[in-house]
Amino acid sequence: MASQVVNLRVNERSREFLAAPGTPLLSSLRDALGLMAAKRGCAQGSCGTCTVLLDGRPVMSCLVAVETVDGASVRTLEGVARGGDLDEVQSAFLEGFATQCGFCTAGMIMTAEALLDRNPDPTRAEVVEAISGNVCRCTGYGPIVDAILDAAARRRKEDAAARRKEDIAARWGTADIAATPGTADAAARRRS
Amino acid sequence: MARLRGRGYASVNYPTGMNLGGDPSQALIHATTTGTFVVSLSSVDLGQGLKTVVAQCAAETLGLPMENILVDTADTDTGPHCMGTFASRGTHRVGNAVIMAAAEAREVMLAVAAEELEVDAGDLETDGTGYIQVKGAQERRIHITDLALAAHFTHGRTISGRGMFLKEKNDPVPETGEMDPDSCQAHACTVAVVEVDDETGVVEVLEMHNAYEIGRALNPAMVAQQVEGGAWMGMSHALFEATEPYYPARDHGPRDFTEYLMPGAADIPAYHNAILERPAGNGPFGAKGIGEMTANAPIPAIANAIFDACGVRLDTMPFTPERVLRGLDELRGYHD
Ligand code: FES
Ligand code: FES
Repeated sequence: MASQVVNLRVNERSREFLAAPGTPLLSSLRDALGLMAAKRGCAQGSCGTCTVLLDGRPVMSCLVAVETVDGASVRTLEGVARGGDLDEVQSAFLEGFATQCGFCTAGMIMTAEALLDRNPDPTRAEVVEAISGNVCRCTGYGPIVDAILDAAARRRKEDAAARRKEDIAARWGTADIAATPGTADAAARRRS
Repeated sequence: MARLRGRGYASVNYPTGMNLGGDPSQALIHATTTGTFVVSLSSVDLGQGLKTVVAQCAAETLGLPMENILVDTADTDTGPHCMGTFASRGTHRVGNAVIMAAAEAREVMLAVAAEELEVDAGDLETDGTGYIQVKGAQERRIHITDLALAAHFTHGRTISGRGMFLKEKNDPVPETGEMDPDSCQAHACTVAVVEVDDETGVVEVLEMHNAYEIGRALNPAMVAQQVEGGAWMGMSHALFEATEPYYPARDHGPRDFTEYLMPGAADIPAYHNAILERPAGNGPFGAKGIGEMTANAPIPAIANAIFDACGVRLDTMPFTPERVLRGLDELRGYHD
């Protein structure tokens, strides 16, 4: 069968490429789009190193025939950092020494992103269950589980801060509290 | 039918490096125009953290921040010679070579700074943040970026250094058998607590206590990583991993990750790890190797814990439920 044009929204960018029928999504990401974060550990769905988010859900991209998801939106590790800054999961992995050779890391982080998107406050057991399809040969898993729990805590804190900001914005018409009428005056009065 | 609890203990002495035809590693360091020190190696970092540790060694010796070090590894065609990443030798051999190279580069760095500041090189010191300054007169100083530029464009100098570490081949003394095959040995001990289900033969590791004497922990967080990752590997060898745990025919052997068993995130025990530091005289800042040994002691410790729990003495890995049950049958006087 002939190759066909496939359209994907990858990390918020629309991408178009040719793929022969049955080409795994993983191969398209790596070979056609040059996104090398997702790894090909087994190519048969048993190691999780190729995990990406497909319309928000974690999938093993080695098992997805790319033409069957034409039009879908895909998120890979390359799309996780925000404007060059590591997100909470990435920072927690880095600071928690949750990576050694790094081969499992992209899959672990994407699995964690999906978990935290649907469950912001997971238990240890829920984290363990979420990564049960991801093999790590180096760390012994402990530091990875710890990092994901840490990331959840960081994200909840960030979310709370963002909610506070929204609250203030709704009440005062601006999120910059120093610029809100009254508060700046009060601060100036205190200073004088 | 019961779950039987047992505790087992094992310890290991582990050599750093090897004794074939001699065990060399070499390193070259040079400064770029902007004062980044490139450490060239053909050594390989497989994930054990060699790059980080040698960057620490270089930064410490040069007296510069870590950000000024760039470690370029793993090109065996063009890099200085390294025997390889094995025998727990990386930190010790490569670390020593890098310290030697960095010391030579530091001398050049201070010599050029002496010319720039018009003082004696012996009166200079590094402040650890990127400045080379006159001892006791810290306002007379030059930043490494300016210094590297001056070295290139004013003085025509290369701020560089060579490091050659060789552990010579050592033959035994025929009369006594005495020899020095390795540079130093690290020591460790594991206590494992297991539960054996005497109906299913399944062994569960509940706790692992690991104590390591490794000279000096150059990077304590990475040492902890190796200890914990190694303990997991040891447990995996002890209870799960084998290319042929099944029989009677090879065809039943595992072919992929779905059939090759390893403990997952749900199977890990509680770890308690302790690091003891007794610096080795010949190690980089006293460090010995810790890589391979971390998977060693857990295995006999688990075997001993199984024996303690149920009286079955297993000496073939992995200690599968079937082997445990056969051992129990024998103790109970059953025979096929
Ligand atoms: S490469 Fe996809 S699960 Fe292993
Ligand atoms: S860090 Fe090496 S496989 Fe997980």
